[in-house]
Amino acid sequence: MKFSRLVLANLFRKKVRLILTIGSFAIALVLFTFLAVVKSAFSRGTEIAGADRLVVVSRIGLMQLMPISYRDKILAIPGVKAVTHNHWFGGVYQDEKNFFPQFVIDPENQRQVMTELVVPDDQWNNFLKDRQGAIAGARTAARFHWKIGDRIPIKTTLYGGGASEFNLDGIYHSERPGGDESQFWLQWKYFDENAPGPVKSTAGWYVVKLDNPDDAVRVAKAIDEKFANSSFETKSETESAFAAYFVKQFGNIELLILAIGSIVFFTLLLVTGNTMAISVRERTSELAVLKAIGFSGRAVLYFVLAESVIIALVGGFIGLTLAYLAIPVIGLALTGLLPPLILSKSVLTLGLGFALLVGAASGLLPGIGAMRMRVVNALRRV
Amino acid sequence: MIRVDGTGKSNSLIQVRGLDKTYRRGGEEIQVLQRLNLDVDKGDFVAFMGPSGSGKTTLLNLLGGLDVPTHGSITVAGDEITHMSGNKLTQWRARHVGFIFQMYNLLPVLTAFQNVELPLLLTKLSKSDRRKHVETALGVVGLADRMNHYPRQLSGGQEQRVAIARAIVADPTFLLCDEPTGDLDRKSADEIMELIHRLVTEHGKTVLMVTHDPVVATRADTTLHLEKGVLVEGKTSHESVMAGGAA
Ligand SMILES: Nc1ncnc2c1ncn2[C@@H]1O[C@H](COP(=O)(O)OP(=O)(O)OP(=O)(O)O)[C@@H](O)[C@H]1O
Ligand SMILES: [Mg+2]
Repeated sequence: MKFSRLVLANLFRKKVRLILTIGSFAIALVLFTFLAVVKSAFSRGTEIAGADRLVVVSRIGLMQLMPISYRDKILAIPGVKAVTHNHWFGGVYQDEKNFFPQFVIDPENQRQVMTELVVPDDQWNNFLKDRQGAIAGARTAARFHWKIGDRIPIKTTLYGGGASEFNLDGIYHSERPGGDESQFWLQWKYFDENAPGPVKSTAGWYVVKLDNPDDAVRVAKAIDEKFANSSFETKSETESAFAAYFVKQFGNIELLILAIGSIVFFTLLLVTGNTMAISVRERTSELAVLKAIGFSGRAVLYFVLAESVIIALVGGFIGLTLAYLAIPVIGLALTGLLPPLILSKSVLTLGLGFALLVGAASGLLPGIGAMRMRVVNALRRV
Repeated sequence: MIRVDGTGKSNSLIQVRGLDKTYRRGGEEIQVLQRLNLDVDKGDFVAFMGPSGSGKTTLLNLLGGLDVPTHGSITVAGDEITHMSGNKLTQWRARHVGFIFQMYNLLPVLTAFQNVELPLLLTKLSKSDRRKHVETALGVVGLADRMNHYPRQLSGGQEQRVAIARAIVADPTFLLCDEPTGDLDRKSADEIMELIHRLVTEHGKTVLMVTHDPVVATRADTTLHLEKGVLVEGKTSHESVMAGGAA
């Protein structure tokens, strides 16, 4: 376009200022992207949870155990397709900071319920035959460079104390993008044999697969009613409600991230808005000459907007590129502390939209000022 | 023929009738122009003189459609500009007026060529046509060899010549100059006046110029004095007397 040279020339008027403004955008965008990625990491559990699954926990609390006999009773309820049960194992691999979730699973029903977590059949069959077998999620296996056949020592107070060794028989992948690939599965039978009295013949929680997701409320109610007034009352909810509840245990992360994000947004808006205002004010007479020559007020507004939007897009692009490069590294450093950080297309788009919005908003006020400015007054102001 | 009594022929290029301009500052009103009349024909070169604050810039701004009068009418080439809307007036300025100010003329971030090209960006001319026009205009002001210089690489006189090239490049109906030599030394001022004079005599331009400098004013065909809000014909400049006698 024939006006582009004018816009570009004005952009490069003060190079240091240009670089600083673009830099502010870039840094803000890195921050923004990181926050968005963390937020989506925490809420992902809720988003990807199966709509056709219920989680049944003890009414008293997450860590309370329930009799193993509930399994068959739940299975008898109409609308239930399959039931599996889990225990929280809570051992330590080498060091406390190497945390990953360890679940004692029920091999007979695991694959019927958790259908999206797939293990190749040969690996699964080896696991079934191996009392001390284990299956790791792909992410955890990669994190510690485990290969199938490795012996994995886990420190636990169970099994007579000290470290127990498990054989890595298989690695599972999640077919759902963003699914949890960090779990470590152990055999329930072996666990139960070694469990101390109160833990014997129990389940930490049940996961129920439904025939039809529309039945979720009815079945959940039926389960809880069935065990009402018993010594082990239950609380059943959909997996996504459970995941949301679980995230809340970390405190209100969403609100925190939203608050920090808003601060970033408004700071950037103030910084760039101020810069644009100064940059327009110092060339008032030039803009007046343009208008005298016959450029319309709207044209002058567009010139100012074009400048701020270009700054925003360039800064935004640099910031997103930096984030794109940095987030996998940060994510790796934070493994175990945070769920996997995934920079999705929608976050990138959101970031670019964020930059555009700030760019346009920061150019709008000075631009409208320039549009309304009267040539006569501007040229008189010496 | 330049007249200030409102009796000009109805076909004069610029026709000003009963022009009033009143500024309001705080509670008080300042009447700058009062029932001012003016007729200017094509090819005329008129200088406005008068003490500071007499309203010379105000008059030029009104003639150039940068400001609107309190009362009265301004008609240029048959178009009455006093009733035009903001947008129409902007388009009218682009087509009919070439401005030369005392300073703040050029955009420092653009080269001489790009500065002169600015008015043409508002036309439908192709890039190569624009180049031809810009080169011609810069040739007229004798700066064809400085096309790619930035304003800061030019002397004050050269800058003003670039501004003149920009004012004439789109071939406007008339030129308005507000103290075009006000910032220049004698020698540069003479060169600029020589150039403006040539624009009138050789290129048939119509020029209305404000100046403080009687020597500069002698270059014009007629010098008009702004006194108490109206124009009166000058008696001080011998050239204007001669021009009046020859007509
Ligand atoms: N926007 C405005 N508001 C109020 N008063 C104004 C405004 N513009 C001009 N004036 C007043 O109008 C009068 C004429 O001003 P103008 O600039 O036209 O004078 P001038 O003849 O060009 O003076 P100079 O020779 O100093 O340039 C002055 O008294 C000035 O203060
Ligand atoms: Mg003035």
